[in-house]
Amino acid sequence: LGLALCTSSLCAVSGATFLYHDYCVIGAGPAGLQAAYFLQRAGRDYIVFERSHAPGSFFALYPRHRKLISINKQYTGKSNSEFNLRHDWNSLLSHDRRLLFRRYSRDFFPNADTMVRYLEDFASLLKLRVQYNAAIIHVTLEKNEQAWNGHYFLLTDQDRKNYKCSSLLVAAGMWVPNVVNFPGSEYVEGYETVSINPEDFTGQTVLILGRGNSAFETAENILGVTNFIHMVSRSRVRLSWATHYVGDLRAINNGLLDTYQLKSLDGLLEGDLEDLAIVKDKKGKLHITLRFYLENRNISTGIDSITLPQDELDNFATRAPYDRVIRCLGWKFDFSIYNRSLRMMPGKGNIKKYPQIKPSYESRGTRGLFVLGTASHSVDFRKSAGGFIHGFRYTTRAVHRLLENRHHGVPWPSTVYPITQLTNSIIKRVNEASGLYQMFGVLADIILLRENATAFEYLEEYPIGVLAELEMQAGRKARNGLFVIIMEYGRNFSGADKDVFYYNRAVGEAQHAWQSNFLHPVIYYYKHLPTEREMRLHPPDWPLPRPNAIHHIVEDFLTDWTAPNAHILPLRRFLENCLGTDLRNFFAESCFLFAFTHQKLPPSCQQGYVRMQGLLGSQELRQHAVQAGLLQDYTHTDFPGDRPPDSHHGSQEHLMRDHGIPLRPLQHLVKAKDE
Amino acid sequence: MPAQKDRWVSSFVFLLFCVSSIPQCGSASLQQEQSPQHYFSGLEAGKTSLAFFSPSVSPGAQPFLEHIESSAEALQDYGVSVVKVNCPKEDVSRYCGKENALRKAFLFSALLFNEVKYVETLADLENIENVLKGKSNMVFAYVPATGTAEHRAVMEAAFVYGTIHQFVLTTEAALLKATSHDDPDVSSAWLLFCHCQQVTEPAQACRRTALAQPLTLLSIHRHLKLMGAPLVTEVAEDPEKISTVHLQLGLPLVFILSQKETYEADRRTAEFVAWQLLGKAGVALLSRDLVELNVLQRSNVALKTPEEGMPIQYLVLEDTDEVITLVEDKNKVKQIQEDEQEEEEEEDEDEKENNNQDIQDDQVVEAVSRDKKRELPLEQILVLTEENFHSSLSEAARTVVLFYATWEAVSLAVLRSYSEVAAHLQGTPGVLLSRVNCWDWPGLCSQENVTQFPTLRIYQEGQQSVTYGGMWGTEELSSFILLSQVSSPLKLATMDEAEGYLRGEFPSELSSHHHPSLLGVFSSATSKAREAFEEAGNILSGHVRMGMYFEEDALALSQKYSVSPPALLLARSGGRSVEGIALSGHSVQDMVQMIRYELLDIFPEITVPNLPQYLQLGKPFLILFSAGDISQVESKEMLKLATGRPHQTFVVCWLNLKKTPVGYGILRTYFSTTPPLPLLLWVNLHAGGQVFKFPSEQSITELNILSWLERLQAGLEIPSSTLSEEDWKPPLPAYDFLQMMEPSVPELSPHPGATPAQHPPKNPGGDTAGGDSAAREEPSQEGTAEEVGAPGRGLRGTAPRLAARDKQGRRHSEL
Repeated sequence: LGLALCTSSLCAVSGATFLYHDYCVIGAGPAGLQAAYFLQRAGRDYIVFERSHAPGSFFALYPRHRKLISINKQYTGKSNSEFNLRHDWNSLLSHDRRLLFRRYSRDFFPNADTMVRYLEDFASLLKLRVQYNAAIIHVTLEKNEQAWNGHYFLLTDQDRKNYKCSSLLVAAGMWVPNVVNFPGSEYVEGYETVSINPEDFTGQTVLILGRGNSAFETAENILGVTNFIHMVSRSRVRLSWATHYVGDLRAINNGLLDTYQLKSLDGLLEGDLEDLAIVKDKKGKLHITLRFYLENRNISTGIDSITLPQDELDNFATRAPYDRVIRCLGWKFDFSIYNRSLRMMPGKGNIKKYPQIKPSYESRGTRGLFVLGTASHSVDFRKSAGGFIHGFRYTTRAVHRLLENRHHGVPWPSTVYPITQLTNSIIKRVNEASGLYQMFGVLADIILLRENATAFEYLEEYPIGVLAELEMQAGRKARNGLFVIIMEYGRNFSGADKDVFYYNRAVGEAQHAWQSNFLHPVIYYYKHLPTEREMRLHPPDWPLPRPNAIHHIVEDFLTDWTAPNAHILPLRRFLENCLGTDLRNFFAESCFLFAFTHQKLPPSCQQGYVRMQGLLGSQELRQHAVQAGLLQDYTHTDFPGDRPPDSHHGSQEHLMRDHGIPLRPLQHLVKAKDE
Repeated sequence: MPAQKDRWVSSFVFLLFCVSSIPQCGSASLQQEQSPQHYFSGLEAGKTSLAFFSPSVSPGAQPFLEHIESSAEALQDYGVSVVKVNCPKEDVSRYCGKENALRKAFLFSALLFNEVKYVETLADLENIENVLKGKSNMVFAYVPATGTAEHRAVMEAAFVYGTIHQFVLTTEAALLKATSHDDPDVSSAWLLFCHCQQVTEPAQACRRTALAQPLTLLSIHRHLKLMGAPLVTEVAEDPEKISTVHLQLGLPLVFILSQKETYEADRRTAEFVAWQLLGKAGVALLSRDLVELNVLQRSNVALKTPEEGMPIQYLVLEDTDEVITLVEDKNKVKQIQEDEQEEEEEEDEDEKENNNQDIQDDQVVEAVSRDKKRELPLEQILVLTEENFHSSLSEAARTVVLFYATWEAVSLAVLRSYSEVAAHLQGTPGVLLSRVNCWDWPGLCSQENVTQFPTLRIYQEGQQSVTYGGMWGTEELSSFILLSQVSSPLKLATMDEAEGYLRGEFPSELSSHHHPSLLGVFSSATSKAREAFEEAGNILSGHVRMGMYFEEDALALSQKYSVSPPALLLARSGGRSVEGIALSGHSVQDMVQMIRYELLDIFPEITVPNLPQYLQLGKPFLILFSAGDISQVESKEMLKLATGRPHQTFVVCWLNLKKTPVGYGILRTYFSTTPPLPLLLWVNLHAGGQVFKFPSEQSITELNILSWLERLQAGLEIPSSTLSEEDWKPPLPAYDFLQMMEPSVPELSPHPGATPAQHPPKNPGGDTAGGDSAAREEPSQEGTAEEVGAPGRGLRGTAPRLAARDKQGRRHSEL
C-alpha cells in the first residue's frame, strides 16, 4: 500500500488505476437517474454506470408488447403540481417542468419507447453524469479506515477498467429472467424472446407459465387468434384492484379472466411448475405430464412409452396437446457481480428475487451499499409502490437525504413552524403530498415538537422503518414527542381474496374514521421516539408500534381532506388533546377580550394578535361568528346590567369555551363511495 | 331507622308467587291451604298474610319452601299468617296459570299488598284513578319484570310514601303503551305521578308527570318530593337569598316577575309554566312591588341555578315556550356534564358527547364557512399563477401579492379584507394587487419561501420584497400598501421638502394619509447613525412614515426644534406639534425599538388593533372605561397624570365603549354587570392579574388617582376581580380511536402508565371567568332542534348510518 498514489480523483494502487468518485451508481434506469439527479443538485461527486449506450435499457426491450401499465393522467382538474404527481406514475422528480411525462405522451398507458425517450431527455437535459457502455462485471471491497464506511467499493467494468467509490448505489434493476427447470423445459419459449406478432399464433393452442402482468399481457396479445390459452402457476391470481398493489394483475391485462369466466375455452390452472414435465410428440405437439411419471423412464424411447396423466385420469385438465409453451415468470436481481465479501444475499420466501436490505435501503451485508429502484422492493413487496417508478422516485430521495446527513452533515430538510400552524401543515400535506400517497405505509411525514409545544419541525417523507433511528439518521432531535403522518388502507380491506365492492364499504362519519377502508391519512402520536425494540415488536398489521394516541382522517371520495367539520375539526381536536392546548383561531376582538380577562392567552392570540398580527376580520365575518354564537356582539348593549333580549347566552367567555351550538351545516353531506 | 322499619313490616302483607316446583310439603301446623278464589276473596278484608301458590303436582323438594315453612312461626308473631294456595291444574288465573312468567317468581321477595295495587288493564287503572280523584294522588309504575332493581325501588318507595300516595304497579307492556304518548321502551321501567288530588270534576282526568330519570329509589324519592312541593311559590324577598326544594335538589328555579297590575295573569302564567316544568324546575312568582330589583323594567323572567355563587340571570322572554326551552336545555346540558363526570360510557351519552365534538367551535372557521356562498368582489385583484407570476411582477412598479390557501380559514378571512382593500385603493397608480392560491401553486409558494398562510408581500422592481407583519385588517393593509409607495426612509432634498414632509404635505402620494411623520436629521458626519436609521427604515417600511434629511442646512432644521443632529423630528397630527428627539449611537435594533416607543401615544385610546403595541411594554394598565368620548376634565386630569412622570411604570389609557364595544365584555367579566361609567380601573395585566376599581364616589382627578395608587401599592385596596389564570386546554376531547381499535391491539406499550392523551384534563369548576361548568349550560336553541329533528342526519348516506348503529359488528367478513 506504500505504493498507493492518490490524486484528487485518480488512484493508482499496486499498478491498477482507479477512477475515484464519492458515489457510484450502477444502472441508468429510472432509479439510477433519479439518484443522479439528487446527487447532482447537492453538488456531489458521482458517476452513473450504464451497460447500454442509452438510459433505460430495460424499457428498450420490456414490456415486450410495449404498453406500460403505469398511468399517465393528463388531467386531474387541479394545477397543484405536487398533487398531480399522485396520478403521474411515470415522471421522475425534478425541478424542470419540461420533464413531466404528460408532455411526452398523451396515452393513459404510454408506450415503452416513450419511457426510453423520456429517460434520455432526463439524463441529457439535466446534464447527469452517466458513463454509457460501461457494464460493471465485478464489485469488491477494499478495507480502509479513512473511508466513509470503513471500506471503498472497487468496481470493474467489461473493459477491465477500475473505479473506486466511497458509497455504492445499486440501481441495476431486476433483469435476470426467472427460469424453471423441469423435464422438457427446453421446449419452453421465454417471454424475453417470444414472438409478439399475433399472426405467429394463429390457430395454435398455447400454454403460458406464470400469472403476472407479463403472462397476461402475452395472453392478451394473442387472445383473438389462438384456439385457446391455458395459464398455469403455483398460486391463485391476485387482482390489483383487490389487493391495492400495483404489481398484481392489472385490469388492463385481464382479458383472459373475462374469457375464462365467460366459458370461452381459455382457462386458468393452479399447480407447482416444479412438478411439471413436457413431452413432445412426433407432430411436434407438446403434452403436459408430471415429473413423477417420467422418473425411471427413458424419455428418448419416445412419447408412446411415457404415461400421460390422462391415461390414468381421463378427464385430466391439460390433456389437450399444446403448440407452444411460453414462460412469463418475471425477473430477479443479478447477484453474480458482487464479491462474496459484500454479502449480497437473496431475501427469504417470496422476496428471494430481491437482495436483502434494511428499511433504510442499505444492504444488510455491506455498509455504504444502498439498493435503489425495483431491486429495493423487498421493503414493501406486495404492499406499496417501492418497486415502481412512482414509488421509488421518493425512496431514492429519502436515501439521498439519509446519505446527505451521514456523509455531509446535512440534516434532513425541515421547516420550523409556530404551533398555530400545526393543523394547517398536516392538512396541506395530506391533501397534496405525493410521496405519502404513493409510498403509503412506507414513507411518513414526521412532526417533531419543540419544547413546551410552542413550535414544531416538519420533516417530509421519512422512511418509517428507521423511525427509531431518526435522531441519528436524520440529524434532528426528537426530545419532546412527535407525530407520524402516514396514509393507510383499512386494515382488512385489501387482499387477493377480498371483496372490495361490498355494500357499505365507505365510512362517512368522522367519528368512525378508524374504520375507513380506502387510502386515508393516519396520524400517530408518540410522547417518545419509539425504540428499536418497540419497532420490532409492533402489533401485526400495524405499520408502527402502539402510539400514545392515534387519529384517522375519514376516507374521502375525492381524496380532498379539507372539509372544515369532517376533516379539519376532528384533526384539531386530536392535536389539541395530544398537546393539551387550545388550537382554535380567534378574531382580534376575542384576543383583545382575553388579554384583559386572562393571564394566559391561547396560542393563536399569543402568536398572532399579541405580535400585532391579529385577524380583525371583515364585518360580514364577524356577523357570521356572532350568528353562530361564537362571538358576542356588544354594540347593542346600552343598558347597564342588561343583556340583549335575544341572548340568554351568558358572557362571551362562556361561548368561547363552550361554543354555542351552531346549526349543523349541511355541507356535512357526506359521500359514500358506493353512491 | 330499623325500629321504624319494624313498625312498617308488621302491616305488610307478603305475597309470594312461588310456582316452580314447590313440593307438596307435609303439613306444617301454621300453614293453611286454600284455593286461589278463597284466598283472594279473603284478601279484601285486609288481613295480613304470606301466601305462596303451588301447583298441585309438585316435583321435588325446594330448600326455598323449607325456609318459608320455618319462617311461618316467626311471622305469626308479627300478625302475618302464612298461606299456601293450591293451584289446581285447570286454573289459568294470573298467579297460578302463567307458569312461564312466574317461574322467576322466587327471585323477588315481596309485594307490599296494602300499599301497592297491582293492575292488569287500563280499566283497573282508571277505576283506581276515579276513586282517588279529589282525595289523593297516585303513583303508577311499570316494571318490565318483577324482582328487578326497579321493582324493588318502587316497592321501597311505597314503603315510605305508601300512606301519602296510592301506589299502583303493573308489568303489563300493553298498559304501559296505553298510558304513555309515544312508543315507550317496554324493557325499561317507567313511573308516572298522577295528580288526582286536585281533580274536582269526576270527568276531569288526572294530570300526569313522568319521571324522566331511570327508576331508582333515589330518583323516585326525588320525584315524589318535587311533586309534593307547591306548584308555584310566592316570593317577596331578595331572590338571591331564596332557597326552595328545587334548588336544594339541584334544579333551577324560575322566577316570573310580577306586578300588582298584572298579578292574576302572571299567576296563571306561572302555573302554566310550573306544570310544564314539573319535575324539571321550580317556579316562583316574584312581586316587583315588594322587592327592590335593580334590573331592567322590561325583564320578566329570572333564572336562579343551584350552583353556589352563580348570579341570577334576568331575561326578557317572549313566550312561555322560551322559559321551558331555557330550563330544559339547561338540564340537558347539565345531565351530560354529570354523566361525563361519572364517566358512564352509555351509548346515549356517547352520542351526545360526539354531537358536541363535531360541532365547530372555531369562530374563524365557522364564520368563513358560513360566508363561503357569498361571491367576493375580487375582480380588482389579479390572479397569479406559476406561469404569469414573474412577468406580472415586472409590469407594475409595485405588486402586492397575497399568498393564501383556499382551504385555510384565516387566509380566507384575510382575503375578504383584501378585497375591501382593493376597493379602497382602486385607482391608486402604480400599485397592482394580486393573489396566489398556494393550494393551486405549491411550487411557486415554496419557491417564494411562503410557509404560512396568509402571507402578504410587496414586490418592487429591483428591490427586496417586503413582507407584511401587521394586523390583518382592511385599514391596516391599505395603510401599509400606501406607505410602501414611497421608499423608507424617504430622502428629502431641500429644506422646503423637509418642512412639507413634517406638515404631512410631502410627498403628495401620502398627503391623504394621517399618520405621524418621523424625520431623521443628520449632518453628513454622522453617517453611522444615518446608516442605522436607514436600516430601521427598511424594517419599519410600510408601518411608519419615515423621512431623512442630511443636507448642509440640517443643523438649522434641527435647531428649529431645539435638538442637534443626529436627531429625530416627530410630527403628530399634521405637523402642528413637532417633537425633537436626540439620537445617540444606536444599533439598528435599538433604533427600531426607540422609534416604535416614541410613536406610542402618551394617553392613548385603547382599541382592538392598537392594544398589542401597549401590551408589549409589559406594564400595568390604568384604564378609563368611558361610554363615549371622555370629558374634557377627565381627559385633562388623566393627561396630567400621564405626562407628570416621564418614565411611567404603568400605561395610562382609556377605552371608548362606543368604539370598542367588546369593552363591555371586559367589564362584565370583572363585575358580572356593567358598573356605572366612566370607570377607572387598574389592571395588572402581566403580574398577578388583579383588577382594582377606582372608587366611584371620588372624582377623577390627578390627585385622587395618585393617592388611590399609593393605597394600591401599599396593599390597602382589595381587588375587585382577578384575571383568570386558567391554561388554554383543549375545549373538547378528541375521538379516542386508539381505544376503539384497542381490542385488536395487543398491549405492547413500553409506557404502561402513559395513558393516551385523549381525555383532556377537566377544568376546575367554579372559575370566575367562566370555566366549563358554568359555560356548558349555555346551549342555543339550534341544539335542541338538531336533537329532535336532526334533518341533516338523514342525508348522510347508508354507510355511516349503519356504522353509527352497530359500531362493533360492522366489519365486513366474507370468509
